[in-house]
Amino acid sequence: MRISKEELRVKTREELQALRESAKAALAVRDQSGGPRVVIAMGTCGIGAGAREVMSALLEDLAGRGLAEVTVSQTGCMGLCDREPLVQVFCPGQPSVTYGPVTPAVMRRIVADHLVNGQVVQEYCIATGSEA
Amino acid sequence: MRELSLHILDLARNSLEAGATQLTISLTEQPEKDLLLVAVKDNGRGMDEETLHRATDPFYTSRTTRRQGLGLPLFRAMCERCEGSMEITSTPAQGTTVRATVRLSHLDRPPLGDMGGVLQTLACEADRVHLRYRHEAAGGVFELDTEDLQRERNEASVTAPTVLHWIGEHVRGGVREIGSKA
Repeated sequence: MRISKEELRVKTREELQALRESAKAALAVRDQSGGPRVVIAMGTCGIGAGAREVMSALLEDLAGRGLAEVTVSQTGCMGLCDREPLVQVFCPGQPSVTYGPVTPAVMRRIVADHLVNGQVVQEYCIATGSEA
Repeated sequence: MRELSLHILDLARNSLEAGATQLTISLTEQPEKDLLLVAVKDNGRGMDEETLHRATDPFYTSRTTRRQGLGLPLFRAMCERCEGSMEITSTPAQGTTVRATVRLSHLDRPPLGDMGGVLQTLACEADRVHLRYRHEAAGGVFELDTEDLQRERNEASVTAPTVLHWIGEHVRGGVREIGSKA
């Protein structure tokens, strides 16, 4: 599913209704099979380091690419405050990957390389599996 | 924190960590009185008197991942720097409300910044938290209510990335429309 630039500029409630139909099918996939999950750390340290901007970049990119099967959530401080903003990616059947420090540009790379193409962005990977 | 909205996000994150299922953020701009009122109200687990007393101590935190808790002390310092104040009221098992007042025109007041980014971030948790935002400025009132959005969307969750992205743009536009000077 692709979403046009025009659709991305939506703001009114009528346009929200239109988004519903297009997202429904992909959401069914997400809810049944548990698609990829991206978790952004939003403690005081994360927020101060730019986690909100990373979140906005992630949502814009996912919406633009029509990746509705991805679940986005947040967590508190993970205890690695000097590596913030931290982002964890969970893909079904693969070990989790923790990235940091993540900027909006790095976030977009993670979407393209990791979520779309299945390649871990080694440069920013600080832990895999349950170590983090 | 470079923006007032980042402080608000931080306060709201405390509410989520406290297990809130209702979260209301309200901003009231009173240009005639040169004031900006901020309130973040939740129905989380609340704090007893002793914890409440320590909540603004930077060397106190309820978390276990590190020993400092800077969110509330930083927010209070910002308010006081801007000829304002902050107060917390809390009742165990009922919830916590943080209210703050700052001088709108104060040179040290950080700009409000991107409330759209804050609300789309918080709305990620809309499946478990009913989120409400009310922003009053000289040109009117903007309101967002995730339960209303959920009703409009019927069976599809508001936490779909496309909808979260929409929420950000919707709030940014709404805040502009009411002529926010914050």
